[in-house]
Amino acid sequence: MSTRTIQGQKNLQDIRQASKDGIGGSPLRPDGTLKVKGEFAYSSDMWHEDMLWGMALRSPHPRANILSVDISEALKLPGVYAVLTHDDIPGSKFYGLEIQDQPALAIDKVRYHGEAIAIVAADHPETARRAVKKIKVEYEVLTPIVTEEQCLNPEVHGYVHEPHEYKSHGHGNICHSQKLVHGGGVTDEIRALADVIVKSDYEVGMQDQAFLGPESGLAVPAEDGGIDLYVATQWLHVDRQQMAPVLGLPEEKVRLTLAGVGGAFGGREDLSMQIHASLLAQRTGKPVKIVYARDESFFGHVHRHPAKMTYEHGVTRDGKLVFADARIVLDGGAYASASPAVVGNAASLGHGPYNIPNVRMEAIALYSNNPSCGAMRGFGAVQAAFAYESQMDKLAAAIGMDPVELRQLNAMSEGDSMPTGQVIDSPAPVAELLQRVKDMPLPPPLDLENLDVRTLPGALSNTSHGEGIVRGIGYSVGIKNVGFSEGFDDYSTARVRLEVIGGEPVAMVHTAMAEVGQGGVTVHAQIARTELGVEQVTIHPANTEVGSAGSTSASRQTYMTGGAVKLAAEAVKQAVIEKGRRRYGWTQNDLTLAGGKVVSESAGALIPLVDLLGDEAIDLTREHHHRPTVPFDKETGQGFGHVQYTFCANRAVVDVDVELGLVKVVELTAAQDVGKALNPLSVIGQIQGGCTQALGLAVMEEIIVRDGKVRNASFTDYLIPTILDTPPIPVDVLELPDPNAPYGLRGVGEAPTVSATPCIVAAIRQATGKALNRIPVRPEHITGTL
Amino acid sequence: MRVTFTANGKPVEADDVWEGESLLYVLRERVGLPGSKNACEQGECGSCTVYLDGTPVCSCLVAAGQVQGREVRTVEGLADENGELGLVQQAFVDAGAVQCGFCTPGLLVQTDALLDNDAQPSDTDIREALSGNLCRCTGYEKIMDAVRLASARKCAKAASE
Amino acid sequence: MEFLRPATWDEALAAKAEYPTALPISGGTDVMVEMNFDVHRPSAILDLNRITELTEWEITGDVVRLGASVPYTRIINELSGPLPGLALAAHTVGSPQIRNRGGVGGNLGGASPAGDAHPALLAAGRDVFVEVASHARGTRLIAIDDFYVGVKRNSMEQDELIRRVHIPVADGPQQFSKIGTRNAMVIAVCAFGFALHPKNRTVGTGIGSAAPTPRRAVEAEEYLQGVLAERGLWESGDLLGAEVTQRFGELVKAAASPIDDVRGTADYRRHSLAVMARRTLTWTWNDYSKQIRSAA
Repeated sequence: MSTRTIQGQKNLQDIRQASKDGIGGSPLRPDGTLKVKGEFAYSSDMWHEDMLWGMALRSPHPRANILSVDISEALKLPGVYAVLTHDDIPGSKFYGLEIQDQPALAIDKVRYHGEAIAIVAADHPETARRAVKKIKVEYEVLTPIVTEEQCLNPEVHGYVHEPHEYKSHGHGNICHSQKLVHGGGVTDEIRALADVIVKSDYEVGMQDQAFLGPESGLAVPAEDGGIDLYVATQWLHVDRQQMAPVLGLPEEKVRLTLAGVGGAFGGREDLSMQIHASLLAQRTGKPVKIVYARDESFFGHVHRHPAKMTYEHGVTRDGKLVFADARIVLDGGAYASASPAVVGNAASLGHGPYNIPNVRMEAIALYSNNPSCGAMRGFGAVQAAFAYESQMDKLAAAIGMDPVELRQLNAMSEGDSMPTGQVIDSPAPVAELLQRVKDMPLPPPLDLENLDVRTLPGALSNTSHGEGIVRGIGYSVGIKNVGFSEGFDDYSTARVRLEVIGGEPVAMVHTAMAEVGQGGVTVHAQIARTELGVEQVTIHPANTEVGSAGSTSASRQTYMTGGAVKLAAEAVKQAVIEKGRRRYGWTQNDLTLAGGKVVSESAGALIPLVDLLGDEAIDLTREHHHRPTVPFDKETGQGFGHVQYTFCANRAVVDVDVELGLVKVVELTAAQDVGKALNPLSVIGQIQGGCTQALGLAVMEEIIVRDGKVRNASFTDYLIPTILDTPPIPVDVLELPDPNAPYGLRGVGEAPTVSATPCIVAAIRQATGKALNRIPVRPEHITGTL
Repeated sequence: MRVTFTANGKPVEADDVWEGESLLYVLRERVGLPGSKNACEQGECGSCTVYLDGTPVCSCLVAAGQVQGREVRTVEGLADENGELGLVQQAFVDAGAVQCGFCTPGLLVQTDALLDNDAQPSDTDIREALSGNLCRCTGYEKIMDAVRLASARKCAKAASE
Repeated sequence: MEFLRPATWDEALAAKAEYPTALPISGGTDVMVEMNFDVHRPSAILDLNRITELTEWEITGDVVRLGASVPYTRIINELSGPLPGLALAAHTVGSPQIRNRGGVGGNLGGASPAGDAHPALLAAGRDVFVEVASHARGTRLIAIDDFYVGVKRNSMEQDELIRRVHIPVADGPQQFSKIGTRNAMVIAVCAFGFALHPKNRTVGTGIGSAAPTPRRAVEAEEYLQGVLAERGLWESGDLLGAEVTQRFGELVKAAASPIDDVRGTADYRRHSLAVMARRTLTWTWNDYSKQIRSAA
């Protein structure tokens, strides 16, 4: 055995840098090759010998009593193996993320358009479709409760959930509410301190996550009477926690494995087909696959809460904010889903990243007969940001100040206090982020001499050859929390194993983290490389054999499960070093692992891991809990409610055809503080993707609901941005470490989705002079033809 | 009905095909080629793009019976016989153009066809060519990078040959 | 459900005679959406892909005879000279992949008011004819003005199939504009086709997605033809003036009878038609003026 001794700190750094695939590098995705070869197994790709196809019958009515369900004709159809209603559910009939108020299959009534009433298993999707059509349901159709006025007057219009059915803290048709008062609140005396007051109503339409991979999965009945489910989800363990009671099974008999996930964005936080496929597999004894078609997908998951908001701000003539008052009404739809958390975010983040001495806020989520709303990227914060950033522009205009300057003048920074009383104890470079986007070079002006119609509003539709085009520029900034808040014990589990395989030290990382595209698996491998000083890392498939990783949401996975991988890897590292100490009697206190060896900072490399480990595997599991938070006080909204805050600033340059109301975003710039970019390529990809979803909300994306009925459940009429709608997105990444977070990192995914919408609308306002208090902005708003 | 055609150079056969089935369903569920993706099944997302007799089309909008005797090439047919990634595939991995990856198979086929036709497209040409392929994760910037990278590599390769 | 695969045009007509409710499929870009989403379950599907003459076009005299299944991509690449308006319309259809499959026959067969080809065909003149045929009665030509009869209804008999479309070769500038709320891959909120026909001193218009059927703006055509003739503008190529384009736009707007739906309001459709009419008239007239001046 020969070990080369490497001397000194500098050489040690060389070894570390040699692993360009550790943290701070941009190694390629471990699943990338499979994905480009078409060999990555997504949930809809699952296939099993003798499998059946499951399908649901869904309500065409938003509110109705179910008088009868006759499944006899459906059962007679050759190729049909089972038709189930709520009567066939072996266990509890309800589930829910925060409040168990949603029946797995409708019981005696339906509360939204698209609610599942019965499920079918058949030998072919077409057989299942024919069977679904043969189920006869007799409805007593009722007037749906859909407006705020209807919801808030249940004695007149009725209850979405009858009072005796209530499982939430709310009352009437209010699912959840949160008030907040800060400073002196908002009184006439306080109002009198302002030189200028701006008050406006704002509205945000219902956005859809529109992930490309439809809800799907395969449930396989197991010999022990349990179920093995292969599914695309955001949180395996919370799925299991909700499924097991309905299936009448102990949790250990409900085993979930993550199948390939085609995007999520919050839309997979709730259950969709999980219980249905499992019930059908239990009943038939055969594997059952369910794949939603796109129209069913629009009914099969929750959406972003539409919001109606009233904001009032007072400002001094020299631009200091005096007070802010807001009321945010979120339509939660038929079932609670994540509404309570969305309300908490809206209330606590709804006044933006600004120092405002006097604040009042009320946020509520309604129960209605509209589609259920819940988690979508940036929830609660997205809706509010549109309102408060629009207000900032109006305030600046009212006092004749530059809108960026007004924002910077009132921007919060480290050490300042949120309206909740929580002191921000890590960097909050709000003013600097704004300055950075402002200082970026502007794109060249429209070249009317060399027009390419494809670059204009309307593009190939050939609506303008330069006529009517006006350019506008807008700015905005936003704030989002990272991780689960308000006292929730948010934790992640990771298992790390180190052993010698094929003469090389290899680390294996096993978590239940849902890789939904964000690149968590890449980062886990990077962390293991950095902590264990090895090159080879394998990622174990995510499943429920290991402890919970929490949800892939709230920008939390790198922080939380990345943090767990770090803890587990550090524990393995310590175990390796201890093993060496025991065997070789090392006395140095400066031992670490690097370059596949145990290394002393002072004495150099001591032994290759291959030699130290031999046949032994070190396999350790650790949980990572973030620092505790507390619930907000119900009346005052005060409390240390959030783990971490994250900020993004944007500038939008848009061309608007002011005659036709068509918009082309020319450039969308972002500056974001990420604490530490563990994988810069992925970080930039997250920011650009987040900005693009914000663009969609600004100018095109809305589920249109009329009297409780969804009118555009397809990709023909629910439009998401194409590559011709999406501009270059220059990104400036700031890395100011958060001392409370692993590696100093800050969650990345949501902040740009919060912040980028308002600046696009601001730019359109500048080009058109229109008020535009509702998003998405439609051509009708710009042309006055609504 | 029975449908026989060529998929990635190999003859394939599917029996008991329902007359209303799409080529996409046959590929994914009957002949073991699930690489082409089922995101919208109405020609609005491009995830199911395959070559049909050399032309990129949405396989969800081709009736299974229409491919009788014809040639189909899918994402699974872009790598060479040894499994070596094609130039476009490698560029998508290298540029970070893959996140969830559900749009990727369709984008790869469409990009492959674009660069076959024009090895050095302008940015606007790229955007036009890929305007039928929705991506929800990336904001398209890394996809633009990937196509530019593939274009540069293709041109460099052509120059060296 | 049957799947019929005729190898020749005659076989196709025979099959359609035998299965009058069979749904013809060529590019599949409409039919398969209905199949995938369980909107439609016809008794049979009649595949036209094997009939190669449907994918051919020829120019005979001053007329393009365009096979029903010539894909939009080929119309863009091969026919933008003789059929500039249709080529522009073809470029707005769906996505590149859709344009590789879909053809004018599908638009005509479906007769949706939102079909992108219709406004261009209407604008191309009154001597545009849809050539249809049946096994029993042979071939007939349906004038484009008689073709669209209701929402998604055309004047074909159940046993007929579309063979091709006869479209005069453009003798003047043509334009097409379409409103969508996205910059690619979008169904028309409304659309407008416009053509100048200097040879017979007429103009052509076509309105899409703003009435139960595609339709022309007859009064707008007559107004403009009158102005052009009275002022000798066909000969001079002189400027039209804002008043003329404005009036033309108003008349196009008045010719529409749109509805409110998820894609747009009726008001917006009327408004944007007027704008598109003004703009397309201006573009074509500018091109025409240049031609006159360069010929002079």
